[in-house]
Amino acid sequence: MSSALTLAGLRKSFGAAEIIRGVDLAVEDGERHAIIGPNGAGKSTLYNLISGRFPPSAGRIHLYDTDITGKKAFDINRLGLTRSFQVTNIFARLSVLDNVRCGCLYALGHRYAWWKLVGRLQDVNEQTASILRDIGLWEKRELPAGLLSYADQRALELGIAIAGGANVILLDEPTAGMSHSEVEQAVSLIRRISEGKTLVIVEHDMGVVFDLADRISVLVYGEIIATGTPGEIRASTAVQEAYLGTGAS
Amino acid sequence: MSTLLGRLTPWIAGAAALIALPHVFTSGFALTLMSQIGLLIVFALAYNMLLGQGGMLSFGHAVYFGLAGYFTIHYLNFIYEEQVPYIPVTLIPLLGGLVGLFFGILIGYVSTRRAGTTFAMISLGFGEMVTALTLVLVAIFNGEDGIQTDRVLGEELFGITYGPNIEVYYLIAGWCLVCTLAMFLLTRTPFGRISNAVRDNPERVEFIGYSSQRIRWLAFSLSSFFAGIAGALHAVNIEHVGFEQVSVIQSGLVLFMVYIGGAATFVGPIIGATLLYFLQSTLTGVTEAWVLYLGVLFVGVIMFFPGGLAGLISMHQPIWRARARLLAPLLVPYSRFLAALIVCVLGCIGLIEMLYFRSSRLSTETELVIYGVESDPFSAGPWLIFAAAAGLGAFAIRKTYPGAVSAWNTAIADARARPLG
Repeated sequence: MSSALTLAGLRKSFGAAEIIRGVDLAVEDGERHAIIGPNGAGKSTLYNLISGRFPPSAGRIHLYDTDITGKKAFDINRLGLTRSFQVTNIFARLSVLDNVRCGCLYALGHRYAWWKLVGRLQDVNEQTASILRDIGLWEKRELPAGLLSYADQRALELGIAIAGGANVILLDEPTAGMSHSEVEQAVSLIRRISEGKTLVIVEHDMGVVFDLADRISVLVYGEIIATGTPGEIRASTAVQEAYLGTGAS
Repeated sequence: MSTLLGRLTPWIAGAAALIALPHVFTSGFALTLMSQIGLLIVFALAYNMLLGQGGMLSFGHAVYFGLAGYFTIHYLNFIYEEQVPYIPVTLIPLLGGLVGLFFGILIGYVSTRRAGTTFAMISLGFGEMVTALTLVLVAIFNGEDGIQTDRVLGEELFGITYGPNIEVYYLIAGWCLVCTLAMFLLTRTPFGRISNAVRDNPERVEFIGYSSQRIRWLAFSLSSFFAGIAGALHAVNIEHVGFEQVSVIQSGLVLFMVYIGGAATFVGPIIGATLLYFLQSTLTGVTEAWVLYLGVLFVGVIMFFPGGLAGLISMHQPIWRARARLLAPLLVPYSRFLAALIVCVLGCIGLIEMLYFRSSRLSTETELVIYGVESDPFSAGPWLIFAAAAGLGAFAIRKTYPGAVSAWNTAIADARARPLG
């Protein structure tokens, strides 16, 4: 049994405020793991620590066997961990196609190349096209990304994140602000793209969480109070008290 | 194959134009003007690798232009004294490029660590520092006088000596074409695309495997390389380089060129460099207020046409792509607006010229001639006429502007309504 992502004693303080207060978590290789918790529980901060946006105050983070604690974001990404953002974070003036293409370039080994033409890179073209079809934006590939509708921008956000083919995917509220039918599409998309990979997803929509996740962790005030299968989490009284409250069905 | 031909057409047309131009404009003034424009195009395109492509606003890019110029002059002089290996003048610009690249790598390492305001301030700091150094280190830079050389080293291929200006023109034209093509191709590489991505969202690129610092540094270095080529061409063309070439004034000028031409498109800097240098060299002889006009033009473009002149043109691209005939209804409202603009501008220029004449006691001229008519700035008549023109023009601009805008809106809606094909 190997863990794709291991957090041990993770802590993060901003000034006097301790946001993450000792998180231990092992995400198994190939599982879909949801992290839920009330607003302000520190879910986004946890993502920012894992993905290298800022370093933790204490504790270690391992990606498979590699210690990635305090590494830079791009180094962590190169090791095979990618993430999406809660607030859409795309390249607004680039075309939809270029957005996804930029996501592929480093992972396919083209790095900072200034001696080869981007249109001639067969591997990049193929991967970009397949991802654009996957996320349903092939028809809109020529548009500047900033002109896309909100749901399309969310899909593009996902597309950029998965373009590099990373093995561990962290999604931050991928369905936030979507209509009911859009959520259904997004869930099936997430299911497809995470096939054979490790997925960590922060989500408020409990339908999505219980539908998608193999296991669920509950984060409350910077601590994980429970981890288990959807059935176990649903049954846990501690979780119901702390978080699900009357919303539990 | 037709697409390849289509892609090559602008380059072949550009090359043909560069070859033909000196046969159309044969005067010595025109030749010097075109030579200088050619190297400024290289400089402006290099600058736009930072501003338009990479999102870096530099106030000190003339440093790489000017230092390469100084180095080129020294190198040519050293060749005369046989202290350095001989390099034909044809290839000297490459040496200038390497000098630019060297300083770009060195200074860029520090300045590109941060983007935005910090980058802009550091670039300004280095600009001032190098300008100060050129005035202090007299042994190398010879202070305010600058240094000079003679570009004629002897015969090169095909008996070219670079004595006649026409030979220097073709040297610059050749380098201009090669550099333009190289910089265009650079926008189509992985580096070029990621550079755009850093411009749009520097934080996000860190999560797709890229260091935004590294991309900025690379863009800065490559841009300095081309700025260096332009600086070396300047040195060969003028045979003199002074502190003006590294100064913040030169850095500001290239910024103006790129902004007025349009930073968002590849051709914008070419248009900007051509227009601005043409205006500068023709207007400085006619009016003392040239710098004021430049400033007003700059502010006007920033406020009303943030995409620059190239942006104005590309605004209409979807229309003529869909159907060129859709442009016809634009003609009348546009001409009305343009006429109003011209009347207003002419009126303002008249007022400014008279103000300048009255306030400047340095003027050696005794009479003020505006638009070929002697105008006495100490009588009320010309003031009234110009003020009326400016006022009427401004009024007409307000009246005709909405018409021009709605004509464009209609045309673009029509263009979008019809399927591409």
